[in-house]
Amino acid sequence: MSETVIRAEGLGKSYLIGHQSEERYTALRDVIARSTKNLVRSAIDMARGRQIIVGDKVEEFWALQNVSFEIKRGDVVGIIGRNGAGKSTLLKVLSRITEPTAGRVEIKGRVASLLEVGTGFHPELTGRENIYLNGAILGMSRAEIKRKFDEIVDFAGVETFLDTPVKRYSSGMHVRLAFAVAAHLEPEILVIDEVLAVGDAEFQKKCLGKMESVAGDGRTVLLVSHNQSSIRAVCKSGIILDAGKVDYIGPVAETLDRYHSAAIGRTAYVARRADEETDHRIRSVSLESEVVSAPKLELNAVIESRTQDAVIINVRVLDALGTPVAMASVGGFSMSQAVKTTPGVSRFQIEVDLGELATGSYAVSIDVERPYAMFYDDVERCVEFVYEPAVPQGRDRVLLQSWQTGCFLLPAKVVEIEDQAASADNADELEMGS
Amino acid sequence: MSISLPRRSRTSADPTQSENAAGELPPAARDRVIVLEPRRAERNYWLDLLHYRELFAILAWRDVSVRYKQTVVGIAWAVIRPFLTMVVFTIVFGSLAQLPSDGNAPYAVMVFAGMLPWFLFSTILSESSNSLVDNSELISKVYFPRLIIPVAAGVVALVDFAITLIILFGVMAWFGFMPNWQIIFLPFFVVLAVLASLGPALYIAALNVQYRDFRYIIPFIVQFGLYVSPVGFSSSVVPEEWRLLYSLNPVVGVIDGFRWCLLAGETKLYLPGFLGSLVVVALFLWLGIRHFRKTEKAFADVI
Repeated sequence: MSETVIRAEGLGKSYLIGHQSEERYTALRDVIARSTKNLVRSAIDMARGRQIIVGDKVEEFWALQNVSFEIKRGDVVGIIGRNGAGKSTLLKVLSRITEPTAGRVEIKGRVASLLEVGTGFHPELTGRENIYLNGAILGMSRAEIKRKFDEIVDFAGVETFLDTPVKRYSSGMHVRLAFAVAAHLEPEILVIDEVLAVGDAEFQKKCLGKMESVAGDGRTVLLVSHNQSSIRAVCKSGIILDAGKVDYIGPVAETLDRYHSAAIGRTAYVARRADEETDHRIRSVSLESEVVSAPKLELNAVIESRTQDAVIINVRVLDALGTPVAMASVGGFSMSQAVKTTPGVSRFQIEVDLGELATGSYAVSIDVERPYAMFYDDVERCVEFVYEPAVPQGRDRVLLQSWQTGCFLLPAKVVEIEDQAASADNADELEMGS
Repeated sequence: MSISLPRRSRTSADPTQSENAAGELPPAARDRVIVLEPRRAERNYWLDLLHYRELFAILAWRDVSVRYKQTVVGIAWAVIRPFLTMVVFTIVFGSLAQLPSDGNAPYAVMVFAGMLPWFLFSTILSESSNSLVDNSELISKVYFPRLIIPVAAGVVALVDFAITLIILFGVMAWFGFMPNWQIIFLPFFVVLAVLASLGPALYIAALNVQYRDFRYIIPFIVQFGLYVSPVGFSSSVVPEEWRLLYSLNPVVGVIDGFRWCLLAGETKLYLPGFLGSLVVVALFLWLGIRHFRKTEKAFADVI
């Protein structure tokens, strides 16, 4: 069982990107000369079948560099890293979508990649036809799809619409059908990118269970996710990628701990330079810690002001998918709480009560404004934090953001029971919700 | 169809589901080692293509069924287009320009027999050339040999071709014109027409991924080609000394071949020209596949 199925050695992937040079051309002669040079270069590139680069400076960008690892049969490996760390590129190389620029990978067995749910769905085709189409695209054989067809249909709950074109499906049905096909994929090596981040809780639970059973069956799973709780739940080991390089490989618990402690930069934001003239500018934002366990987010905002004024500071909280889920404001809803600024740089220490926020990772956006009057500055998704509260007393579990059922747990209780049957139903519902 | 089946509880992930799939695969497929390296010449390229024949079939089927689902008149479109072209060409070239037909074949039948391969050629050329860009979503998300996309797109043209062929037989019956034994060679010329169009189509499809300008070249080639190829007239009207040069257009050999086997020996096959066309077809095919294979690994990066 401990046979190596994926071996990567010195893997690298580079892209060429172009820039316009900084010099300013004033003479028409220079402009013509440069354009001609670019045109000639494009023509040569085209003749040689190379990529044409816009701009006159070409730079090589390494999305992956010297990546080496070994994955054994039956391993479930989580790949984590910041945006742009090369996670998706690595998956694309491993699933053969793109060719590496350097190094070598050996893969033993059939690889199926699930980089997107519903790849190749055609709106004009019926549900039945799309199951076969999508299944074939994901690498299932016709016989395999036929065998699992009823299961897929049952899972998606689209029995009555099987012969309706998918374009007439509600978006929920569309997504469920796409998920159903994906969830029944059973290759030896499964490569998954962020798929678990969407879909309802039921699907995610089913998918997690499926992956565990797939792994128990001697299959190998590689999973990229921002959702650390699902990585913790499913994976045995983890790989941290940072700027295209392997930062750490190890058991999943250690990997996540290391990732948390090493995640410098996610907790601090520093403005580079002023793009626009504004009276109040956000110079920097920082968090006290990246992992927040108390229901209290402590952040520091440094604001540079040119006038004496009363401004409000809005703190917006976004979930892992970038959807705004909550807002906190200093002064935004009563001007009496607005903060006073004096010309110069002031530092504000802000405390946000997170209340019953769901466990998961969040990003924070901040803006400075005067309500109904003036918008001064904003920084979008400048810092990120992971909220991991302890299970409160009197409860069995916490709400996870990854369930996609909401980001806040609202208190609920039964206030009246009308009859036996209804009360049994209510009790069921409550259990599901808490 | 699954309504009558007992419903499985949805929330329970069934661990027994995953057991049979592995057992079904031949051991060779499970233990096949794939090596990914920069610029590695794929040794198993054609074998790999064979593994993906089901995907090829399903993509071809998708293209065909979508084509006929989205149109109002559906199959009628495949009838109207060649029929009207035949009428116009017969009037313009046959009646107005007084060009001779091949032997005793009715002019309309001769035009139709030439139009058949021309439409096959031009439809494959336009469908396949744009197919990669149209399927960019697939290319950037899933691996499969990219070659199957343009080839599957060409299958649509074969369906249209089959419909047009039936009309040709109708037109022949109308004129009381019977083909002879030479018609058994028709499948060979159909394959030739497909190969003749795939060569340039693959080349342009690959170029189209990188430079979208090539999208505009196709309608031009199709429009231009209709007049430089012997569609509305017989290639026998071309002066003898120019005929070999004229045959360098690969479509000339294909059209002459079609007329040779459909027009009951009324068309004489100009052998040096035909062989020349074969060489050009082979050359284009080789160039097309070579360029396609050279660039296909970077498709996902540039599309």
